[in-house]
Amino acid sequence: MIPLSAYTAVSAVLFMTGLLGVLVRRNFIIVLMSVEIMMNAANINLVAFSHYLESMAGQLVALFIIAIAAGEAAVGLAIIIVVFRGKISTNVDEMNLLKW
Amino acid sequence: MVEMFFSYFALVSIAAGVLTVALRHPVHCALSLLVLLMHVSGLFILLNAEFLWAVQVIVYVGAILVLYLFVLMLMNLKTDERYFHSSARYILGPAVLGASYVLYLLLRSPFSGAKGDTSATAVLQDGDTYAVGIKMFSDHLLQFEIVGIFLLGAIIGAIVLAKTPKPLDAKRERL
Repeated sequence: MIPLSAYTAVSAVLFMTGLLGVLVRRNFIIVLMSVEIMMNAANINLVAFSHYLESMAGQLVALFIIAIAAGEAAVGLAIIIVVFRGKISTNVDEMNLLKW
Repeated sequence: MVEMFFSYFALVSIAAGVLTVALRHPVHCALSLLVLLMHVSGLFILLNAEFLWAVQVIVYVGAILVLYLFVLMLMNLKTDERYFHSSARYILGPAVLGASYVLYLLLRSPFSGAKGDTSATAVLQDGDTYAVGIKMFSDHLLQFEIVGIFLLGAIIGAIVLAKTPKPLDAKRERL
């Protein structure tokens, strides 16, 4: 029997990896991928608690998170295409068109 | 046996996550994200969540990741020599420290709480899909509808954003 804290530890490590990716990478697409890693870490946590605390609500929230991740990917990639069409670099530290 | 599978899925998913963040070429990052997603779906199987496993493989791997790869190959990005943010070295140390503290706290805590109404044997009897469906279309119907509206809005937003802009009218531009 695997303890619940093992699952939470895996999810914490994955979440930290994703957060680090959001903070340190320059390419906007990789930043979005790191957000997906963080969402997956949250999903592992939710499903593990749903299994060990014998409630179905965690799995439902994980399903909704997957749906919202799909929407987020669609809108984020559309924004990247718009930025790329405007001949602006897709590095996050060079995108400052809206900076005042 | 279960421990062996768990350690395999956990170690490979963490390694693939680190590779996703650390590799240089964006397509390689997307492929290691694929490995990560497949192994996370393996963890869902170990937790008796077969429906979520199927959704993860179909939606995440089959739709979201393919969308990422499609955009990557459409744009044909060239990777710079400096692919980390300039302030990366100030972030790394505190991040590792904070992560190890959170891990220490997590491994110490017992995580006991009030049990819900769906025991593992009840899930195994009718299947996970049945349990999820009964719960979703009874208690969480409003959230389901809200997610539907959200996805519709996301589709419309993506189409509006990615549409080729109309050239500005010369007469109107003078005003």
